[in-house]
Amino acid sequence: MSSVTLDHVHKRFGTAKGVEDVHIHIESGEFFTFLGPSGCGKTTTLRMIAGFYYPSEGNIRFGSQDVTDLPPHKRNTGMVFQNYALFPHMTVFENIAFGLQVRKVSKTEAKERVERIMGLVRLEGYGERRIDQLSGGQQQRVALARALVIEPQILLLDEPLSNLDAKLREETRFEIKRLQLELGITTIYVTHDQAEAMSMSDRIMVMQGGVVQQIGTPHDIYHAPVNRFVASFIGETNLWTGTVVAVEGDEVQVRTSSGQLLCGLRKNASPLSRIAVGESVLMSIRPESIQESLVSEGENVVTGTVEMAEFTGACVNYVAQVGSEPLRSMSINLGRPIKQRGASIGMHIPKESIYFAE
Amino acid sequence: MSTQMQHAPAPTPARRKSITASPYFVYVLVSPLFFILLAYVIYPLYETFIASVNVDEEITWKNYARFFSLEHTANLEALWTSIYISILSVITCGIVGVTMAFLLERYDFPGRKILSVLALVPMALPPLIGVLSFTFLYGESGIFPRAIKELFGLAQVPFSLKGFWGVVVVHTFTMYTYFFMTATAAIKGLDPSLEEAAANLGANRFTVWRRVILPMLTPAMIASSLLVFMVSMASYTAPLIFGIDRTMTMQIYLSRTNGDLDMAATQSTILSVVSVAFLLIMRWYQGARNYQNLSKGVSVHRTEIKSKAGRTITMVLSFIATIILMLPILVLVLISFSVDGTWTVQILPPQYTLEHYIDLFTDSKTWRPIANSLQLSAVAVIGIVLFGVAAAYAMVRLNFKGKTLMDVLIMLPWALPGTVVAVNLIAAFSEPTVFSFNQVLIGTFWIIPLAYFVRHLPLVFRSTSATLMQMDPSVEEAARNLGASWWYSFRRVVFPMAWGGILAGTLLAFVQCIGEFVASILIFTPRTMPLSVAVYQRMYSFEFGTACAYGVLQIAVIIIVLFLSRKVAGDKVNTAV
Repeated sequence: MSSVTLDHVHKRFGTAKGVEDVHIHIESGEFFTFLGPSGCGKTTTLRMIAGFYYPSEGNIRFGSQDVTDLPPHKRNTGMVFQNYALFPHMTVFENIAFGLQVRKVSKTEAKERVERIMGLVRLEGYGERRIDQLSGGQQQRVALARALVIEPQILLLDEPLSNLDAKLREETRFEIKRLQLELGITTIYVTHDQAEAMSMSDRIMVMQGGVVQQIGTPHDIYHAPVNRFVASFIGETNLWTGTVVAVEGDEVQVRTSSGQLLCGLRKNASPLSRIAVGESVLMSIRPESIQESLVSEGENVVTGTVEMAEFTGACVNYVAQVGSEPLRSMSINLGRPIKQRGASIGMHIPKESIYFAE
Repeated sequence: MSTQMQHAPAPTPARRKSITASPYFVYVLVSPLFFILLAYVIYPLYETFIASVNVDEEITWKNYARFFSLEHTANLEALWTSIYISILSVITCGIVGVTMAFLLERYDFPGRKILSVLALVPMALPPLIGVLSFTFLYGESGIFPRAIKELFGLAQVPFSLKGFWGVVVVHTFTMYTYFFMTATAAIKGLDPSLEEAAANLGANRFTVWRRVILPMLTPAMIASSLLVFMVSMASYTAPLIFGIDRTMTMQIYLSRTNGDLDMAATQSTILSVVSVAFLLIMRWYQGARNYQNLSKGVSVHRTEIKSKAGRTITMVLSFIATIILMLPILVLVLISFSVDGTWTVQILPPQYTLEHYIDLFTDSKTWRPIANSLQLSAVAVIGIVLFGVAAAYAMVRLNFKGKTLMDVLIMLPWALPGTVVAVNLIAAFSEPTVFSFNQVLIGTFWIIPLAYFVRHLPLVFRSTSATLMQMDPSVEEAARNLGASWWYSFRRVVFPMAWGGILAGTLLAFVQCIGEFVASILIFTPRTMPLSVAVYQRMYSFEFGTACAYGVLQIAVIIIVLFLSRKVAGDKVNTAV
């Protein structure tokens, strides 16, 4: 196991920007995720760690070892590729044993280790199968076993679940997390799926356009997004703009662009935001924090018309038009009657759930 | 925007990269490939050009003036005849090839399956053998004209294949396969639902054809037209056997045999320019056209011919087609059993013997050309494989400037007529050069393998790069990630996965080398006489039996090899060229 340090790493492809100034330290044993939309530079960063690209600037260290110029085959990382990249001309056993053969591990030891890992990923008895005789989920587990059997310092996962169907994706997600916890291996996970990132990671790095946006725990990133991009990329949210009209102690009064007066808390402000009278602010309000209000007047109560009501059984979701802004809410179904389209609705926005992002 | 740094390490200055990490290292890797292309493709072309402008130690364009002079029009006539034959060949091949492709792909009738296999028979005929079988069948003293003459008691043969039209007919028979294969692939790729959509929108059958089917086949048709035109321009054996002297390739041959070497060089250069222009047009066109097979896995619905009359007519027609396709091979087999020198004015050879086949393997004089061809081809193929695999890997996997140049240079000698390749090599290597290790190659063993190497270079290159392109690059990365060095992963992963493509290309290159005639005839020495030259010489000493036995042997080898390569690589072989 080893920590990973990216020290002001840049990557340019010709004149095109790849990744700009990634500067992180991943702890030994940590489950760290690069999250972002496609083309954000997350895979480029991962490939630099694996050694398939060399950084244009900066250094990469595993523990105290500088690996910046080390070719990929000398890095001892285990990588699971998006499309698994299994060797189609080899059996399951041969695929998994490949890395051990390269390392000149004795036949008996290799056999023992391959069988142990096949047990771990629940592939017992599949050793002689050809790759094309496996289902997608099984191929995924072969790829994982092949990466783990060499006992890598670091496990690299490049969107490993994107080719699986929804149900299998969930199962495999637990499986990967279980293995990571059992083996305690430093894991770097690349994904564009925020639900995956949230549920598995110790920490997440959100990237966009080759630039790191935020690094933090899933909780931080969800509740304290630093900017509009992070707020809207992670989960669903209502983004309202407004102007600060008063600051009293910890309380901040904001007039929204559609004329509502809201009160938020100063401690819920991103370092990027400017909380002072007259400044404009961007507020992120998560739908699940908004409650249907039975009274139509009061602090932080807004009224609007129901645009859409959605009943999913466990939840009731509303999209209401409040002034010129839509407001999404999501609440647990408590058995109240559901408001129809066009009806007037009151919404209560708790002051502690308003986050000033910018 | 901020990066929340937790354990921020102190920045360290960037260090010097290792050699292999340098972005310029790739040029070290590809430079040998460029060197080979320079030595054996560019340099010979250049030497020929120099020979054409360097008359009596001075640089002059007078050879070109002579070529285009309106007083002695032999050269211009030759150029015109070549172009005329080529255009006619494109038209006839297009009609035959596309019609056959449509009938075989869209209709079901008795004999369809066998016909769709036999349609590819002309591919199994080496150029010289194909022309010979046609003269045996339809020539002035051929079996058919004579049979009809006897049957109706005519004084003269009623028709015979000769001259200009002989060349066109032989071209049609041997080259329609280019159209047939591309049209078949294109029709297979046509999504039947497009036609259904057009019909649903109210188009009648004719409109569907005119507005949907033909436009979608156009790219394939244009590509095949260019190809057939190029191959026709390069054709040498058909004009040679049918005695059409006024074609470019024949003029080059005649200029050389008359000792007018400047003129041969001039004619070669002009023909090269035409061929290269066509190669570039073809490349540009293939790059510009968009691939229209958007939907995949559609099954083509074949219309079954149900009416009784229809079935009878199609049965008769496909029977005739089968006969026409099979006859060239059958006649070669028949004549290969005939006693040499006995077939004079009869319809069919009068006496038969097994002797020629026994001689092939027992008489050392008869065996010699076979051994020569095997040896020459083996040497050439080793070179083709080493270069082809390396070049394909470089083209597909490495990133360097000059990729297009490399691709053009590899395809170039394939586009050049064999005659021109031979003339170029003679110009380049009749004196010691750096590229030939200070040796004169002309008159040695090595010149023929070199010609084969240059001519058939693209075969392994094309088939290997096609397979590599289908191979996901991350598979190789996975091997590297698991600790395999570049060489180990090449040996254990890349090579085994590309094996099918490499083998298919290799086998194809081998049969092409075995059948090569056009370049060989200009550069062989008595000690290294290859099989096809031996066939030609036997023909001219009226040893038809032996010549045909050689031919049958070649065809057998080709059929076996084509069959094998289809087995290993599926249908990919067809797209090799």
